[in-house]
Amino acid sequence: MTIAWITARGLLGRRRSWLLLPMPLILIGVTAVGLAFDAPAADLIDGVLLGLGVAVILPLVSLIVGTGVLGSEIDDGTVVHILTKPIPRSRIILSKLVVAATVSAVTVAVPMFVAAAMVGGVKLGLGFAAACVAGAIAYSALFLALSVVTRRPVLVGLLYVVIWEGLLSNLVTGTRTVSVQHFVIKFAAEVSGSSLFATTVSTAVAAVMTVVFTVVGTWLATQRLRSFSVAGETS
Amino acid sequence: MSDLDLRGVSRWYGNVVAVNDVTMNLGPGVTGLLGPNGAGKTTLLHMMAGFLAPSRGEVLIDGDATWRNPAIYRKLGLVNEREAVYGFLSGKEFVRASAKLHGLPDADAATRRAVELVEMADAQDRRMDTYSKGMRQRMRVAAALVHDPAVLLLDEPFNGMDPRQRMHMMDLLHRLGAQGRTVLFSSHILEEVEQVSGTVQVIVAGRLAASGDYRTIRRLMTHRPHVFAIRSSDDRRLAVALMASDSVAGVTLGKDGLTVHAGDYGTFTRALPRIALDEGVRVRQLIPSDESLESVFSYLVSA
Repeated sequence: MTIAWITARGLLGRRRSWLLLPMPLILIGVTAVGLAFDAPAADLIDGVLLGLGVAVILPLVSLIVGTGVLGSEIDDGTVVHILTKPIPRSRIILSKLVVAATVSAVTVAVPMFVAAAMVGGVKLGLGFAAACVAGAIAYSALFLALSVVTRRPVLVGLLYVVIWEGLLSNLVTGTRTVSVQHFVIKFAAEVSGSSLFATTVSTAVAAVMTVVFTVVGTWLATQRLRSFSVAGETS
Repeated sequence: MSDLDLRGVSRWYGNVVAVNDVTMNLGPGVTGLLGPNGAGKTTLLHMMAGFLAPSRGEVLIDGDATWRNPAIYRKLGLVNEREAVYGFLSGKEFVRASAKLHGLPDADAATRRAVELVEMADAQDRRMDTYSKGMRQRMRVAAALVHDPAVLLLDEPFNGMDPRQRMHMMDLLHRLGAQGRTVLFSSHILEEVEQVSGTVQVIVAGRLAASGDYRTIRRLMTHRPHVFAIRSSDDRRLAVALMASDSVAGVTLGKDGLTVHAGDYGTFTRALPRIALDEGVRVRQLIPSDESLESVFSYLVSA
């Protein structure tokens, strides 16, 4: 509980976190503009909800938050205060994950619900909101693990989002089975029942892989935190 | 009462050996870990605190390894050199968070006790990013002490403190040692160690160079042979006269003058002008050639 409290305060107190604020507004704004110009629902779903919301805002928010909950504490050294306590490392990671996933999910799912509901009604809104919550959890676990595995989690995270998900998974459909973005698209289509968009990943694969991302990310982060070494500078 | 036991501990990074086969046993009381910068003090402290795996050997607290063993923090407190704190918390919140993370039954009472111990009650409600360096350091000590650990490790705790804060911290460490805690702090300044601790572990180039009572080590440091470089109007004549003096252990005659090994600093520097005057030699240059702390340490290594 205390870890989550400190994490949340640290996260929301950082200037970088305020970058999150305009993103939901942009999403709703662009949707409103599209509707005002009578754009077809299929175009708005493809261009705004998927192209901007799912492909950009969801991963970006998760990246900022997911690396912010642990990565920045490792960077500035405050993580030592938490590590010098007799707490199982799994509990530290789980607390961080809960905070990261909650903040990301709320930041993304709420505006996604609003934007999607504007385009295609409440059912479409619920579909996107639910899918984004699942996506936020998987992304958070992934970026949390990156924070402990590499010294440059933001860079590696960006590479994954931009190169792997943005580029490769649109060219080579096979890579979609390890792309959170496509799980989210599948969930959104499944929950909303909309036939206006789809992806090649099956529901079963999307569900299983979301769990795999979350579990493996959490497990990996815990393992690495167990053998966490302070940078070996001698002075 | 706890003891900290290092058995043949080494740590290397690739080809660089940071800590080399250190064995020591620390019991209750204050111990100073003294060594020049880069000697491996921080590496050693990190291994003691469970933040670095020894490449060889083991670090034990009451028989339990510190590496990959979070349970050890029940009896261990650490104040590391990086003074990172959560600036957005007040001092009290910071200490209280530590108490909660330790799962103490009465976090509020423990917080009050720890804050009083470091005499920070007046400033405890201010945000930590408004604190001076010394205040922040004291709050970090309070957070490290909140669970009443038997072992307290501090990395360069006096760094950047003004004289008053320094005295405060020294006094605090004294009291903690007197309470029967095992307190270890690192420093590269002899005077700091001398004022706080009874026992000293001297570490040079990753090796344990000397250990024991500080008075003995202090004596070794000041009453060691000194080396001087001298140039004069007649080096050979002066060399002969110097060899006759009790205060001189050896003289080397070189192209650029004399290298004199004196047995004792004071006696030699008093004797030199008299000898030169008697011999009618003019001394043009007198340079003590090994006054750096490093040379003091390296002398200790060979002693």
